[in-house]
Amino acid sequence: MIADNPWIDAAVRTLLVALLAILVVLILIWLERKVAGRMQMRLGPMVTGPYGIMQSVADAIKLLTKEDLRPATADRWVFELAPFAAFVPSLLALISLPFTAHLFVRNLELGLFYIVAVSGLSTVGLLMAGWGSANKYALLGAVRAAAQLISYEIPLVLAILAVAMVSGTLNLVEIVNEQGRVPYIVWQPLGFAIFLIATLAELRRNPFDIPMAESEIIGGPVIEYSGIRWSMFFLAEYVNVFVLSVLGSLVFLGGWNWPLGNEVGWPLQVVLILLKTSAMLLLFMWLRSTLPRLRIDQLMSFCWQVLLPFAFVAIILNGLVLVYEWPDVVLGLLSGFAALVAGALVYRGSRRAVPTPRWPLAPARGID
Amino acid sequence: MSVEEGVFYVIAAITVMGGMGVVFARNVVYSALFLILALLAVAGIFLLLSAEFLALVQILVYGGAVTILVIFALMLTRVQDMPAALDSPQKPFAFLAAAAVLAILILAAVGTTWPGQTEKINAIPLRDFGDALFRTWALPFEIASLVLMVALVGAIVLARGEDGE
Repeated sequence: MIADNPWIDAAVRTLLVALLAILVVLILIWLERKVAGRMQMRLGPMVTGPYGIMQSVADAIKLLTKEDLRPATADRWVFELAPFAAFVPSLLALISLPFTAHLFVRNLELGLFYIVAVSGLSTVGLLMAGWGSANKYALLGAVRAAAQLISYEIPLVLAILAVAMVSGTLNLVEIVNEQGRVPYIVWQPLGFAIFLIATLAELRRNPFDIPMAESEIIGGPVIEYSGIRWSMFFLAEYVNVFVLSVLGSLVFLGGWNWPLGNEVGWPLQVVLILLKTSAMLLLFMWLRSTLPRLRIDQLMSFCWQVLLPFAFVAIILNGLVLVYEWPDVVLGLLSGFAALVAGALVYRGSRRAVPTPRWPLAPARGID
Repeated sequence: MSVEEGVFYVIAAITVMGGMGVVFARNVVYSALFLILALLAVAGIFLLLSAEFLALVQILVYGGAVTILVIFALMLTRVQDMPAALDSPQKPFAFLAAAAVLAILILAAVGTTWPGQTEKINAIPLRDFGDALFRTWALPFEIASLVLMVALVGAIVLARGEDGE
């Protein structure tokens, strides 16, 4: 309880969430440009402040003062409300993230499930943006986003479910405490691999940035937006990146508990969880600068033919271990073996000669 | 009036507004968006009843998946492609059917003797919920999943057409 009055308490917590979101986004955008720059043998932003550290602030001021344009043919209400529909769910997800056992806005009994449920809602914002803009590229991007996000939500939820089976709870604090000295990534490499890939797809980052694909559909759903509404989409996107990175480090990397244990005090624990989150974030940025974009049919067949069956394998393995009370080592070995099989299958598939598409991508009659 | 009651009336008003929007909006995409609003407000009512799991399932399944598929399909059609759906000679019959359903609902609501003061609801632990779902009611659960499976396979068979491609 921060304040005695529940209304003031709720208001203060909401304000804290909003401030955290803005801070995180400013840092992440600067970091992303810096990292991408270094990987492409550039310096990235250098002019504004030392090492360009104030660049995000300057950009934010520019975006806030820019004209808020709306195309004449756009659907007024849907177009103007879409950024909010995309932005609010990501803030909602931030509410239930614990950073240490006692540092959180609100620790929910079903925290893990809550984050997955509310972050699924942001798809509605992209769909509204795509349809409301009255622009073919925007609509294409929105349709791609809907297909991709709905498909990859399933392996994401199943991978998390596999973890929840073993820990026996959906409370994020308890999941971290349950891991103790050995993080779940050791016993669940398959679950972690599926989580990582599905997360990349849910966040629409390379190699899964198909809905935004600048070189094909010029930014997709956000094509017609400018100024503050445009920046709200990017606020939402980067908050989501942060939320899922923290979630990954809590659920699979042992959170604040590993490897120092629970006795080191909260400042060190915050540093620990932020380090793990940064590792996940840097991995995402690294992948973004090195991998080319997938085609939409590759994306779909990868989800339904590889990720989903292996997510079920992970769940069955966990069920077997729970029912027959096998030691954790067996689970780790089986899960690692399954992850290797999945990797080998993907490698073999990617080496195969490109087959001619079974269904024509554009019908001969053409879509007007 | 307690805070819970006030919150309930706000949420109920949003639900009803969303439902009216679904029916009265001239644009089908608007209808679908209002449907999302109504379904999310229902999740709010579940939350008020301490059914947190049900509320989250409502958000995940209805808010995040089912209605998105509906919009997905709607976006690929245009209103002028389907004038029959918006204006058809069956309108009076639809009105009669809707009025009959409304009358039955009102009669049922008025005729029921509602229990007065009830006990305070306690949230059911997720563990008990899972036990009930997968032990006590495992057979109905499996039958429901089988029905969904049949529907899914049927939809795929229909979509593929008869020549198998």
